[in-house]
Formats: sequence, structure tokens, C-alpha cells
Amino acid sequence: MTRLLAVDALWFGLIVCAIGGIIAPIGIGRGKQRDAWIAVAQGAVYANFLLITVAAGAMMWALARHDFSISYVAQVGSRATPMFYTVISLWGALEGSILFWAWVLALYSVGVVWLNRKRPGLLVPYASAALLAIALFFHVLLVGPANPFHLVSPVPLDGPGPNPLLQNHILMAVHPPLLYLGYVGMSVPFAFAVGAVLSGEITNADWMRLTRRWTLTAWAFLSAAIIAGMWWSYEVLGWGGYWAWDPVENASFIPWLTATAYLHSVMVQERRDMLRLWNLNLVVGTFVLTILGTFLTRSGIISSVHAFTQGTIGYYFLAFIAIVLVGALAMVAGNSDKLRAPGKLDAALSRETVFLLNNLLLTVFMFTVLIGTLFPLVAEAVRGVKVSVGEPFYNRMTLPVMVALLFLMGVGPALPWKRGNMDDLKRKMLPGLIVAAMVATIVVGVGAKSVYAVLAFSFVGFAGTMNVMEFVIGARARVSAHGERFGTALLRLIAGNRRRYGGYIAHMGIFVAATGIAASSTFRSEGEATLKPGQSMVVGKTTARLKDVWGREEKQRSVIGATVELVRDGAVYASLTPRMNFYPTSQQPIPTPDVRSTPFGDTYMNLMSFQQDGSSATIKVILEPLVPWIWMGGGIIVLGALVSAWPVRKLA
Amino acid sequence: MTPPETGAPRKRSLVLPITAVVVLVGAFGWLIWGGLDKNVVFFLTPNELLAKGTGGMNVPVRLGGQVKPGTVKWDDKTLDLRFDVVDTNGTGMIHVKSKGAPPQMFRDGMGVVVEGRFGADSLFQSSQLMVKHSNEYRAPKAGEKPQEMYKSLMKGSGQ
Repeated sequence: MTRLLAVDALWFGLIVCAIGGIIAPIGIGRGKQRDAWIAVAQGAVYANFLLITVAAGAMMWALARHDFSISYVAQVGSRATPMFYTVISLWGALEGSILFWAWVLALYSVGVVWLNRKRPGLLVPYASAALLAIALFFHVLLVGPANPFHLVSPVPLDGPGPNPLLQNHILMAVHPPLLYLGYVGMSVPFAFAVGAVLSGEITNADWMRLTRRWTLTAWAFLSAAIIAGMWWSYEVLGWGGYWAWDPVENASFIPWLTATAYLHSVMVQERRDMLRLWNLNLVVGTFVLTILGTFLTRSGIISSVHAFTQGTIGYYFLAFIAIVLVGALAMVAGNSDKLRAPGKLDAALSRETVFLLNNLLLTVFMFTVLIGTLFPLVAEAVRGVKVSVGEPFYNRMTLPVMVALLFLMGVGPALPWKRGNMDDLKRKMLPGLIVAAMVATIVVGVGAKSVYAVLAFSFVGFAGTMNVMEFVIGARARVSAHGERFGTALLRLIAGNRRRYGGYIAHMGIFVAATGIAASSTFRSEGEATLKPGQSMVVGKTTARLKDVWGREEKQRSVIGATVELVRDGAVYASLTPRMNFYPTSQQPIPTPDVRSTPFGDTYMNLMSFQQDGSSATIKVILEPLVPWIWMGGGIIVLGALVSAWPVRKLA
Repeated sequence: MTPPETGAPRKRSLVLPITAVVVLVGAFGWLIWGGLDKNVVFFLTPNELLAKGTGGMNVPVRLGGQVKPGTVKWDDKTLDLRFDVVDTNGTGMIHVKSKGAPPQMFRDGMGVVVEGRFGADSLFQSSQLMVKHSNEYRAPKAGEKPQEMYKSLMKGSGQ
């Protein structure tokens, strides 16, 4: 029943997307009965949302009911898994995540159509059609190679449950939806670009304003998703790190870089009417990179070129990427005359220049990560060798770019548009430079040896000061002009120009996160020891004493844990319980580290191994300063994006 | 429907921008290539590593193979772990030295990936030890059931 309903909904959705995404735009373009075709395209958006909601709802229902006659449920479900993890395994494996992707896309499409329902012109109708055309691709996957609703016969009594790594932590309920909201959200700017080209509104500044807000929304979700993913990896993988330049991580980061570049360069277009063509490229590029990222993470090509050729879904993605690229090239080339920007750079010393440098660096950064991610595939396909590109490559290539970007984040706000003045710049930058010198001295004094670490801390000090000064100077001006209290003046300053100050708040989030990353990687210390109950180990200034080793059975897993007490002056001030979770479907235990967080840093503890009679356990203790700053910084970045993107009348 | 572009497109010389792009792309490519050349880590089996001779020494390598049964030596005082890795057919032995406790399920004959460097002293210094596992479900063989490993710990457990 459930299965038939869902499969029908998917097929109907496919037809609706084909009508709204391919036939309707042709009808709109020919001009006969244009209004009717517009209504068809927009109605299709709503219809598709209903149909895909039925399909996704049916899947959740089937998961919750343990309906193992449905292939996806048989693949990821199990009666022992808690209901919460059972339902969220909707996005735990390939087919379900494609279904979820299609649902998020339909949700965004409804948002686009509904929020712009009163907007005249053909931009939104064409954009809706473009979104439906993208949805059509995902529907083809869903009725074809990624169909989650195959009939399983005979019906198994129980299933293996989700991948243990995906049911071991609550962040699995948070990170994937955020990631999809960010990733899929980048389809909207792309659809607007298509709409702008087809409707001829490409030379009209208005479509860029619309596009900017949607990009900012998706960017905020993507930023939150990347930080949540780092957090998940930190809490679950047990090595005490949060970023490993893993291809899956890179796939989420690459489009973030181009989207970030766009959010900056679009300002240059609005202010100075430059970079029209470049911005269109960034919008299209970001979308293509999200599809490429999905292809990389979902086709199995990352583990091996051979794993990829065993499935068919990879070819569908390659074909889709090829279609989008050819279409985008035609779009850009066909409009390059219209897109030639009338604006020109007035002076080398101006805010525009800083934005141009920022875009150059972010683009270089993007290509570096992209090439590093793709290189192993090329090497295996062409030379037949298996290689991996690890941290040394990324550190060497990207650290200079990162510190340069941090520095520019301090220079940009200090420079005016059009034409700056060297004396003004020097005067404005002086406090920042003083702070930078002080920070550098302190950091070297504390024992930082890496040049990049010192530069990172010192540039964060510089740029942080410069951004804070923007708030202080602006608020002070209001205090003297309107006689407001400083706090009131600050809030009204932000409310009065939320785009600008929201941006500075997001910068502050980057600085807080960068401080956490630099501190935790520079001043990390760790120790490992095999302890008998009652014995202690010392790492840095922390003394950890093993109390006991214990085990317990839970419904879906068995748990072995160690209770370790942190001792100072003979008194216990904290107790940690690093564990190993044994899932019946996994040969390997899933490490479940325990973390004690304070604003100054984390004590990270992992159970490495244990004696089966409980007589001893090997414990790893890692001290990582300022790690919580990374998560906090993520929150501030999202806050900044919200301040910047929230519709005007609600706050003012 | 939209206002026409103000000002006709200007003809500009393309020589300078194209040269700039070529120079930038070239410099960038050269940098990347250099970075990749020095920092790529090869996946090798013991036989492949031995076949490289001195060329395989003192460069970062990911060595994938099997733990040769009966060779695991673990000292829980010094945290020294030593074992031999062989190809899946049992040939091509490499001595591995590692620091830190072995993974809980580490045992004879299992698949491992060891990241590190093969020294001129014919000892592979491991910086990271990973147990090979897949997400695919496979029924546990006798003696592999986790329950059998920690049964004794389940008694009288509190927490």
C-alpha cells in the first residue's frame, strides 16, 4: 500500500516536473497564452511539492513501521534501533538522501514562487521552470537507479539498521538537514540566473538583489552545516580532530568558497556596476559544484574508480553535469555582450580592489581543494595507481591563502569605495596593527613555532580590531549626533544598515572560529597510557585517574566504558566516561569519546582498548584549547547572515 | 520588457587580459603540481613497496595488507606495538613499528592500513594505524562476536 502510493507519487511528480520544467517554459517563450503557461509552471511547483511530500512521508512512515518489504527500509532499518534514529535514517544512505534532496528542492521552489507571487515579469516563472527541470533530474534518479521503494520478497523479519557511525550521535539529526538546506539552496540562485537570461532581465539589477538574499540564506545553512559536520566528526570519530581534508568534507566546502566569493563580489556589482559576468559565473559555478559534490559523495567514486563503475547512478550525474555545463556556457556566451559591465575600477586603493583580491584568493582556494580532491581519481583512472592527497598538501597550499584572507578582512572595512587615501588608511589601520603586534608577541612568547599560526593569531587580532572599530565608530557618531546611549546607538546602527553590519558580525564569527582552530591545532597536547583502576596519568597540567572499566547491554548495542576522574590537589573535579559502542552489524566498535568542555578548552578522552577482565584500559587524553570557540564562531556567522538577510520590515 | 543596455559595447584589446590569465593559471598550476608531487601519499601493498626498492624509502606511504599471524608484539608499558604486514597471499613481509595501543579488534590475519614511512633500516615507522572495514554487513565468524570478547565485563556493571 505505502509502497504503491509512494511510487505513484514519484511517477506523477516526474510527469509534473517534465510539464512544468520543459513544456511550460517553451509555452511561455512562444508567447501564445503566456499567462496560462505561467500558471502551469507555478502550479507544477506546488503539485510537485505535494507529491514528493507524499513520497518522503511514506518513506518515514515505512521506516517507523519497520516495513521491511520496502528495499530502503530493509537496507537501513532494524527493530532494535531507537525510533529517533530509525526515522532520521531517511537521509542515512544513498536512495533516502536523494529522496530528501528532492523534497528540500521542492520546498525551496514553493518558497520562491510563494514569496514572489506578486512580482510581475517573467523572471520568477522561468526560475520556477528551471527549479522543476532540476527536480526532474532527481525524479529520474528516484524512479531509476536510486529508487528506494523496490519490493523485497520474501520480506525479511529484521534489518541491519543504519550505519553504526550514523546512529551514535544526536548531531546526525542536525548536520545532514542543514547540509541539504545549504547545498540544495544553491539551486535557487542558479534558477534565478536561468530566469534572468530567458526573461531578458539579466541587465536589470533587481534579479541580483533577489539572488543575493537566497544565496545568503543557503550560505548560512551551508556554513552551519560545515561547522556541525566538524562537530560531529570531533564527537564521533575519536581522533580529537574536526577536519581532515577528507573528500566528503571538501565536497561541502568547495561550493561554500564560491558562494562566499559571490556574496562579496555582488556588492561590487551593486555599488560600482562591475563584475556582472563574473557574478553570473560564480552563481552557475556554485550550483555545478554542489552537483559535483553530490556526485563525488554519492556515486562511490571516492573510495575507488572501480566502485563507481559498478553502479549506474554516477553516469546519470555525469550526464546531468554535462547538460548543465553546456547550457551554462551557452547562457554566458550568448549574453556576454549584455553582461559587459559598464563600471570601471577608479583607483587601486579602494574597497573594490580588496573585494577583487578576496575573490581571487577564494577562487584559488576553491581550485586548490577541488584539484586535491579530484587528483586521486585522475591518478587512478589514468596511471592506475592509488594515491591519497592528505593534510600536508592542503596545509602547504591553503594556509597562505587563509592568512591572506584574514588580513584582507581587516583592510576592506578600512577603505572607502571608489578611491582611498593612503594617509587615511594608515591612520585607520594603526590600532589594528598595534593589536596585531601585541598578539604576535604574546603568541610567540607562549611558544607557537609555526609561522602560519603566529600570522593567523596576529591577523585575527588585526582584522578583529578593525571590524570592532566599525561598530564603535558608527555607534559613537550616533551618540554624539542623537544623544543616544551607547547600547541603543549600537543596536540602531546595526538596524539602520543590516547588510553591512550583518556582514561584519559574520566576520567576527570567522575570527572567533579561526582563533579556535589556530589555538587547538597549535597548542594541542596529548598522552596515552594503559592504566589499572586507581592508576593515574598526567598530560600537561591534567591528572586523569582510571576508576573502573564497565559494560552494559542496551537494546541496539553493547557498551564498554571506562570511568576516568580528573583530579586536582587530591580532589576529583570532573569525571569522564569514554566508551566503545559495539553494534551487532559492525565488526569494529564505534569509539565514543567523552569531552569536557570549558570556554578555555576541552579535555578529550578516548577509550583505546581494554582488558576483557576489566583489569586495565588504555586511555588517550587530548587537551585542546579553545575548541568550543569554533562552534561558537559558527553560531555568530549564522547570526550575522540572519541580521543581513532578514526581510526589512520585520526588524525595523 | 527590460531597459536596453546603456552605451554600446566597447572594443577592447584582449592581449593583456589573456596574457594575465595565462600567466596566473600557469603559476597556479605550477604551484599545485609541485605541491601534489611532494605530498601525494601512495597506497601500496607490501610487495609493491618492496619492488620500489630505495625509491619507496622515507616517503609517505599508506601500506595496505594483512597482519601476519603470530607476529603481534605489544608492550603496554612503553606503548610499542610491532607486527608484520603481508600481502593477502601471505608474501612480501614488512616489519611495522607503531606507537600506541592497537585498536580493540586488532588481531592476527586482519586487514590493516598503516600510514607512515619505510626506513632504510627496513622498518616501517607507522604514524597512523587503521583497521580496514567496510560498511557492508557481514555475519561475524565464530570468535568474532563482540559479546564473547567482553562477556566478563557485563557482570555487576553499574553506571
